[in-house]
Amino acid sequence: MATLWVAMSFTTKSSSKLAGKGKLVIHFRNYVDDKEMKLDSNIYTNDAGQPFSVTNFKYYVGNFQLRKSDGKEFVSNEYFLIKEDDESSKQIILENIPEGEYVSCNFILGVDSIHNCSGAQSGALDPANGMFWAWNTGYIFMKLEGKSSASNAPGHIFEFHIGGYKSPANCIRTISLNTHLSILNEKTTSVELKADAAEVMKTPATIDLSKLSSVTDFHNAATIADNYSDMFSFFPSPEKH
Amino acid sequence: MKSKSIYILLYLLLSVIVFNSFIQDNPYFKITKQDVELKIPKGFPKPIYDFNKNKLTPEGFVLGRKLFYDPILSKDSSISCSSCHQRIAAFAHIDHPLSHGINGMIGKRNVMSLQNLIWRDAFMWDGGVNNLEVQPINPITNPIEMDETLSNEVEKLKHNKEYVEAFYSVFHDNTINSERILKSLAQFTGLMISSDSRLDRYKQGKETFTVTELNGLKLFQTKCANCHSGALLTDNSYRNNGLKADTALRDRGRAIITGKDEDNNKFKVPTLRNIEMTYPYMHDGRFRNLQQVINHYADPKNFDKGYDLSLNKIGILTEKEKGELIAFLKTLTDKTFLYDRRFADPGMK
Repeated sequence: MATLWVAMSFTTKSSSKLAGKGKLVIHFRNYVDDKEMKLDSNIYTNDAGQPFSVTNFKYYVGNFQLRKSDGKEFVSNEYFLIKEDDESSKQIILENIPEGEYVSCNFILGVDSIHNCSGAQSGALDPANGMFWAWNTGYIFMKLEGKSSASNAPGHIFEFHIGGYKSPANCIRTISLNTHLSILNEKTTSVELKADAAEVMKTPATIDLSKLSSVTDFHNAATIADNYSDMFSFFPSPEKH
Repeated sequence: MKSKSIYILLYLLLSVIVFNSFIQDNPYFKITKQDVELKIPKGFPKPIYDFNKNKLTPEGFVLGRKLFYDPILSKDSSISCSSCHQRIAAFAHIDHPLSHGINGMIGKRNVMSLQNLIWRDAFMWDGGVNNLEVQPINPITNPIEMDETLSNEVEKLKHNKEYVEAFYSVFHDNTINSERILKSLAQFTGLMISSDSRLDRYKQGKETFTVTELNGLKLFQTKCANCHSGALLTDNSYRNNGLKADTALRDRGRAIITGKDEDNNKFKVPTLRNIEMTYPYMHDGRFRNLQQVINHYADPKNFDKGYDLSLNKIGILTEKEKGELIAFLKTLTDKTFLYDRRFADPGMK
């Protein structure tokens, strides 16, 4: 299902040194169904048939793991905060990846429990980024906010702030995607990853915004997390179609 | 006329400089390497907070102290951490059942004392906060406390010459971020250690107890130490101590964090160190003094439904026993900690 479009943008200078290392750039492209996300102005329709717009979409990804067919793995413990309103945040770079062919890419949507318990941190995990609950310590893994005439909340807004690394609602979801990915020594490989925000409101649970327009603590959080677990897919590679 | 005002101005300037250098050079406020050495008191367990990941330095501690006492942390520069955490009260808030934030807004819980924090596995009455370093984000960002954002905090400090210098002296570069603010605060609050109460000294054979205090100690050991256990005088658990349900605040306590009905009306068992100084008592500050606290525990008829069964150990206390327990509780006052100059307000704003 998830094949991969590799940008063949590297200049051909194949110095095949032993145990060479390359870079992987992942461009996150946020969508709602098959339309590229546009904040505020675009109107989309959810599976309950309700129109909505998106005003804010942010999420954490991290612990990237690339696997070769022989089982060898590349693991990164870094975290990235992807923000729809910040272009530079949507391009992440993984470095020092041993060269070779990789067949799967795993990562988590969220922040693992160690990083939820590690106290003050900086960079993507700086609590000043606004993706942090202070009163019940933990990162907000994903925020989807918007407006819908179906919502009964003041201003017809809806807001899904999903987080939680422990019971009663562990919302960390591991994303596993098959891929075909060549990492070459001293080269940068680029891939595009689609994040479909429509999935936040569907499969398995169809969200009816007139009944559920706000999730900001553990109530219903796991339901939304199950929904967003299939939010990502690599863009199909054009040459394989 | 003009020259006169210049003289007045010069005089004022000079007195400020003299006053500041007086404070900076005053040995009372000076923090040395020795002052920031972490000494684990005898009989205390291994700390939960790890200073190896936040290396203690005199500069880091001084920066934490400055932040703790500076109202710059609040949105309108009206209150500091020390507004509600008073040194003389083991950093609780004397005579305030519920504390107030900016614009006189009232919170919903009684301020907890700050002592022996590096042995706490979780913070707040409901244990919702999992690390000493991130605890201050709550009062800083709570709209009814300091009502400030972390990013705004960072901006304010970046534009303050004193802080630019202070951060540089700690981290040796020009970065100011929330991590550094919070780690510095943890250096200051983490070293607030009470281990020299009269009870501690009695156990070490340095102090004698009166007969009343000794009787109180025995009563305490059989009736209270189940929860207020060990050197820390708390087992860090959450319990329902039988308080009548409050119909105004409707605070569910631990259940807010866990979502479990069985945690309704459970609150953190607080340490009893310096309890004489931390009045009023309970999560909502409902008891004005120790007498009221002991009266509550002295009769099982006072306990509301769902109370912790270990309270049954107490039984009915006589007036004499109540007096003995209160006399014992006062031996938990630790003047070495309460008057420790390291934690005094240096007055440098």
